[in-house]
Amino acid sequence: MAELHQNEVTPSAEALATLRPTLITGGKVPADVTRDVCAPMERSPTLLWWGAFLLAASSLLVGVIAVTYQIAMGIGTWGLNRTVGWAFDITNFVFWVGIGHAGTLISAVLFLFRQKWRTSVNRSAEAMTLIAVVCAGLFPVIHMGRPWLAFWMAPYPNTRGSLWVNFKSPLLWDVFAISTYLLISAVFWYVGLLPDLATIRDRSKSPWRRRIAGILSLGWNGSARTWNRYETVYMLLAGLATPLVFSVHTIVSMDFATAVIPGWHTTIFPPYFVAGAIFSGLAMVLTLMLIGRKTMRLENYITVNHIDAMCKLMLAMGCIVGLAYGTEFFIALFSGNPYEQFVFFNRALGPFSWAYWTMVSCNVLVPQLLWFRSIRRNVAVVFVISILVNIGMWFERFVIIVTSLSRDFLPSSWTGYVPTIIEVATLVGSFGLFFTCFLLFCRFFPVIAMAEVKGVIEKPRRAPRQESAQGDAA
Amino acid sequence: MSDRILLANFEQEDDLLDAIGELRAKGYKVLDAFTPYAVHGLDNALGLKPSRLTWVCFVFGMTGALGMLWFEYWVGAIAWAVDVGGKPWNSLPSNVPVAFETAVLLAGFGSVFALLAVCRLYPGKRSTPQLERVTDDRFVLVLDQSDAQIDASQVAAMLRPFNLLELEERIVTAGGIE
Repeated sequence: MAELHQNEVTPSAEALATLRPTLITGGKVPADVTRDVCAPMERSPTLLWWGAFLLAASSLLVGVIAVTYQIAMGIGTWGLNRTVGWAFDITNFVFWVGIGHAGTLISAVLFLFRQKWRTSVNRSAEAMTLIAVVCAGLFPVIHMGRPWLAFWMAPYPNTRGSLWVNFKSPLLWDVFAISTYLLISAVFWYVGLLPDLATIRDRSKSPWRRRIAGILSLGWNGSARTWNRYETVYMLLAGLATPLVFSVHTIVSMDFATAVIPGWHTTIFPPYFVAGAIFSGLAMVLTLMLIGRKTMRLENYITVNHIDAMCKLMLAMGCIVGLAYGTEFFIALFSGNPYEQFVFFNRALGPFSWAYWTMVSCNVLVPQLLWFRSIRRNVAVVFVISILVNIGMWFERFVIIVTSLSRDFLPSSWTGYVPTIIEVATLVGSFGLFFTCFLLFCRFFPVIAMAEVKGVIEKPRRAPRQESAQGDAA
Repeated sequence: MSDRILLANFEQEDDLLDAIGELRAKGYKVLDAFTPYAVHGLDNALGLKPSRLTWVCFVFGMTGALGMLWFEYWVGAIAWAVDVGGKPWNSLPSNVPVAFETAVLLAGFGSVFALLAVCRLYPGKRSTPQLERVTDDRFVLVLDQSDAQIDASQVAAMLRPFNLLELEERIVTAGGIE
């Protein structure tokens, strides 16, 4: 390699400064990528992993007990009343669906925008999406009270009439949106995994892992013809997932916006919810990545530049969310509608003002720190900000749902809402389910899309080829 | 296809692309190439046509959208006509979200299953040829030996400027390349 550097013209410092920084640091070659990404799967889990897994699994157990109890006893075990008919459960549902959105943003939208840095984070972000949507889907099913009748949501010929579902209801649109989102995310994730599963198949020493990876990789051999078609289908899936992800939270917001409740009945809801969803999801991706890169020694793959880029996205989304909060207030004032005006004064100054100001501080004020490059590149500070945004976004949904319902048109029906221990335990359980699944994913699957990262690492430079070879061709 | 093929191993994508260009310019038939990741420009180098799977996606998507719109109309206006908030029974706007989701669902699953069918990928299939390092860091091109009765040593000499790592000869059987 030494002699070839002499042949090269050294670019000036200014010319180099205009280049994008290297995505993957540490001078990795493809074989290093395979080794580094497969390493956590091939060694026995660390004590830290076991500790985290036990904590997550225990939380999951708490959730299982709580859900079993509330299904046996009925949802009277919750703090709901005749005025506040939706509260904790729907907050959790919207929160988890929102978390999922960043995964699709990173895997599909950034793919269409040719953002190469996504390759380091897309696999785990997609896994996060998948698990978060599963967590989200559980809440409406639990809320039915009789979850064994959940199949009634499907339009199938039945002995009740046939009694068909109501296609004019946003709640039914939601059933289709969430289930489509889950299935398409799963397919997108699995298609992306195919080449990496083949890598695991070919390098595994243990026969059972070789066999399982062999079955799952469907006989993938890396042929150029397969890659050609594969790239086409990957692009199609990204193109389909992009409008899908926007439609999902749009439809979730219509669950509220098509109701006449002041504070819900606004046309700003679809873009406001989509931006909020991506905002919260990016915060969760950052939380997971910052832990993952440290514990799985992937600092060369998920570099400070990746964190910086995600922070910029999070800042942009946070500003859209902040703008939406302001617009809601302005429109309430401007509309001259006393009910709408009351709802917003009540949010900021009423009994749930603590929740409102928690939301504003975590979602609007704290993310402003991300304007500073030094903060975006400070892993510890970014970690704290990501946690705060997660908390803030949970409260956003709580504020929207509970404050609007608790004081509506009729003051005689005004009431408060306090969650019961069962509801809190269900939320804890959903976090348990999320982290249990995510830890298992980190243990058994390549957390970084190896085949994609290999395509974006810097290629080592070779000496200019002998002219004779070119001459012969001519 | 002949009984015998030549597999040329390279360490870098640029070498593979240049070697393919050289071989094709000289009239050799490059059957296929195997790479650890999607190499940009490889389809052009091999003369592969753009995939027609986009049409599969379109047809499935349209089937989903139109099929669901019809079903929603039939359910809402014919089979079980219910007045919902005074909306017309055949209200088109309220039928759009579900039709859109169905279109995405069918288009996505249709294209993926078409991909698996066209590439003949299925659970339990053995990967042929057995090129274990291709899924790690090797680039391999496959040369048909029948066309010009080529001499392996001659090909090796020709590919040496492209940093050829290894040239191996394999037999093709009914089950694929050994």
